Amino acid sequence: MAITIAANKTSAAPSQRMIRWGLALAVLVAAFWLTGSTRSIAEDAAGAGKETVASKKDMLTIPLILAREKRDKPLPLSLLDLPPDDDGIAGAKLGIKDNNTTGQFMNQKFILDVVEDSDPDNLIKEVVAKVDGGAHFILTDVAPETLLKLADTIGGKEALLINYGAADDSLREENCRPHVMHTAPTRAMLADALAQYLVWKKWRRWFLVLGPNEDDKLFANDLRRAAKRFGAKIVEERVFKYETGNRRADGGFEQIQQQIPTFTQDAPDYDVLVVADEGNLFGDYLPYRTWDPRPVAGTAGLIATSWHPAIEAWGGTQFQNRFKRLVNRNMRPLDYNAWMAARIIGEAATRKNSGEFADLAPFIKSPEFTLSAFKGVRLTLRDWNGQLRQPVPIFSPKLLVSVSPQPGFLHQFTELDTLGVDKPETKCKAYTQ
Amino acid sequence: MRFKVGFAWMLGVCAAFTVSTPSALAYTAFVTNEKDNTVSVIDTEKLEVINTFKVGHRPRGIILSKDAKWLIICASDDNLIQVYDARTHKFIRSLPSGPDPELLILHPSGNPLYVANEDDNLVTVVDIEQGKILTDIPVGVEPEGMGMSPDGKVLVNTSETTNMAHFISTETHKTFDNVLVDSRPRVAIFNKAGTQLWVSSEIGGTVTVINPADRKVIGKVSFKIPGINKEAIQPVGVRITKDGKKAFVALGPANRVAIVNTETFEVEKYLLVGQRVWQLGFTPDGKLLFTTNGTSNDVSVIDVEREKVIKSIRTGRYPWGVAVAPF
Repeated sequence: MAITIAANKTSAAPSQRMIRWGLALAVLVAAFWLTGSTRSIAEDAAGAGKETVASKKDMLTIPLILAREKRDKPLPLSLLDLPPDDDGIAGAKLGIKDNNTTGQFMNQKFILDVVEDSDPDNLIKEVVAKVDGGAHFILTDVAPETLLKLADTIGGKEALLINYGAADDSLREENCRPHVMHTAPTRAMLADALAQYLVWKKWRRWFLVLGPNEDDKLFANDLRRAAKRFGAKIVEERVFKYETGNRRADGGFEQIQQQIPTFTQDAPDYDVLVVADEGNLFGDYLPYRTWDPRPVAGTAGLIATSWHPAIEAWGGTQFQNRFKRLVNRNMRPLDYNAWMAARIIGEAATRKNSGEFADLAPFIKSPEFTLSAFKGVRLTLRDWNGQLRQPVPIFSPKLLVSVSPQPGFLHQFTELDTLGVDKPETKCKAYTQ
Repeated sequence: MRFKVGFAWMLGVCAAFTVSTPSALAYTAFVTNEKDNTVSVIDTEKLEVINTFKVGHRPRGIILSKDAKWLIICASDDNLIQVYDARTHKFIRSLPSGPDPELLILHPSGNPLYVANEDDNLVTVVDIEQGKILTDIPVGVEPEGMGMSPDGKVLVNTSETTNMAHFISTETHKTFDNVLVDSRPRVAIFNKAGTQLWVSSEIGGTVTVINPADRKVIGKVSFKIPGINKEAIQPVGVRITKDGKKAFVALGPANRVAIVNTETFEVEKYLLVGQRVWQLGFTPDGKLLFTTNGTSNDVSVIDVEREKVIKSIRTGRYPWGVAVAPF
């Protein structure tokens, strides 16, 4: 399945030019819906909107491929957390739309071509075909092993991958690849961001509760690493074993109310319970139910994540509004990570006034490249593993609480590198080659 | 340019009394408090707040009408422009705008008003006499900064996510050129001679100077402050002295105002002010400069000639914009 997005503009009192564009767009959208076409918008335009497109003949089309591996994941506990179907994709759509607003001044048009499959091999095949067909820039939300396979399959071709979905440190470390960038913050970055805040708060004694899944273990590892780095101590560790049952059962709270206090009973003195439950399958049971009255942080309670629908700082309000107008829902971290990925290509294309792989790829990897992404500071890519350097905000369920790095955590080059694996520690060898 | 009225008179008074302190003349500074929905009124002689009055929701950009009778304020969360009597502080009327108006500028003739609507990729042109929208001009993503050439022929708007300065003809209301600048351009301002356009880039950490005649970049100002990391240096407000020799640049969370030589584009001095300094405003005689310090809830007052901060004045919460009236 493929989806194509074009620039869309609205205006209270549109000028004639805008009306023309609006009409062209309407024609394009109509053409798309009627044919259910998987062709690119440029092809559609050739057939459907001859007159209007002719005036923009010199428009350069830059296709972005979005590859998503459909995975069967258990649903999170809360009705509020159920992922929308277009989680991530909607963010890329907004990125394309923003790129196209700028593109109208640069004569550049960005299109988004979404490829989805539950079979990784088919997905890779489809992406390779698109790359062979002339696309260079691929945004990915796939399993770590699929990303590696995809990266190795298209290695040597003119293609740049931007991983916006996977938080795995291994993809930036021992399994890094020179043509893979990452906008998603790593688990280590998230754990470090949270740890700095907890240490700043002087909540240094942690009771770590982790789930039985592999992802939970990875995040727990990063929490242990963060505790050691920033001077916290894990005084107790327990694994919360559970059978993934039906998410919703009539009632259900009665048992939880009994189980969580006893599960957290008899812990040594601690300041904060830190939970590693990436799927949100039990973590939200912990706040207000622990044996000792203690705050909960980690994947539930106080969390570190790249985005939150309540961010209004740094010009975020307009950004949130644009997103809501586009897809009629709140922006989630995956949407934000995908938006950044699409904007990286857009920003490079604007600065270089080009859509050529040979112009954009080296520029994106160069120290000159910066991205502005509603975090109050410019974001850059780490030149040793392609990870986007970024402040990591900390949230209570409804509000921004703080932003890490915290004051006092110093670094010789940039405080942002106190989050995650730093250059001297990196295991990535391939990236700089 | 909008302080012409009374300026000559002020100079006369200056000469007659041979004042020794730079603040001897009483003007009135108006500061919008973004969080409080109020405007703080400051007597520039006493350097204290003499009144605080309620305005619409989330007041940000603030200017005076050409005759200085009206205070014109962007009430961003009300999606309106509000007009208040500058002397009595009474509400006069609302003017229409697009969604989330942020910064505005008047044509040198006093009408129309140009408003950057951050939420709609549009600059709105408003007739302030008739109170109606004349037209909308499509620009880049998140329009913000608004600069007007001294001859009134060219309007420049900056778009924060598109990262461009859009040059717009005030006759045709069409963009005729777009100049790429560093990330998140916030403020655009012409020097009095109209020979330089300064554009601050908040996230890029630079100020780009453009020759308005051919739209070529003629200089770029960079900033370096010992002990402040480079990400915290975020230029926003820019004001250029009347003689055109120096530019004052507010550096956001670096809590400094830089004084920049407009010939060499080198920073000559950094002045420590309050926290997250954003917008700047000169008194009509050019002797004092007021800075709005968002997170410390105050304005700093700079003695322009001595290049010193002489006072901090507590305002409401999150002071945002500032305008100084010639009375």
